Amino acid sequence: MTEPAPAPDVRVPVASDIDIVSARQQGRALAMQLGFSSSDATMVATAISELARNIVLYAKRGEIVLAAVVNSEHRGLAITACDNGDGIADIRQALQDGYSTSGRMGVGLPGVKRLMDEFEISSTVGKGTVVSVKKWGR
Amino acid sequence: MQVPILKQGSYLIASIQSALTDADLVQLRESLVEQVGRYRSRGVIVDVTALDVMDSFASRILRDIATMIKLRGAETVIVGIDPDVALAMVRLGLNLEGVATSLDLEEGLAFLEARTKSERRR
Repeated sequence: MTEPAPAPDVRVPVASDIDIVSARQQGRALAMQLGFSSSDATMVATAISELARNIVLYAKRGEIVLAAVVNSEHRGLAITACDNGDGIADIRQALQDGYSTSGRMGVGLPGVKRLMDEFEISSTVGKGTVVSVKKWGR
Repeated sequence: MQVPILKQGSYLIASIQSALTDADLVQLRESLVEQVGRYRSRGVIVDVTALDVMDSFASRILRDIATMIKLRGAETVIVGIDPDVALAMVRLGLNLEGVATSLDLEEGLAFLEARTKSERRR
């Protein structure tokens, strides 16, 4: 028997509140497939909900990409949220607790960082933002 | 999907049955605020047992509901926050501050009974 072929990436276009629900449901389904605990799967789904909401709020449209990843010990789930919006001028400020340019939230990126094991962000003003996060199975 | 709202004596019980979009949550807020006046309800229970994700938007709407219902002269209690959901909320930094919560529907009803009775005595 050979190893089962890795699941292909799941790409979810995000442009509305319905897409936010769809993205987080697909993320939870993939997390369960990877053998994540239900609490880890809930953290994954919650992080996706926040990332997708940021896309809808700040960039209007974008994409969430879900991928199964492996390291030497664990299987994990990588989530990439990308958009071609205005970008973030001050990333350090955006990563501070309680900061929100929309004035509507205040948990945003720092909260997502605490839900996940790895967090990376890159943003170019006028070009867009890419947030990449990973959660590893236990 | 619209959230069914049951009238039970002087209380309203909104029982979330499935994943909700932002628009569904806003609709729930509006329906509860309107119905609490229409039925002259003393208390509102929002049962979130079936909600598998409580993100910043959902928790903001629940806070709005509790505050608006209070301004309308009634009490709100949120019941049924799942342990996994509670953990994710804590990590995210959401605490539903100022909103009453109970373990389940039964506890929520007991909470409202106690709360609305003591208010009548005053």
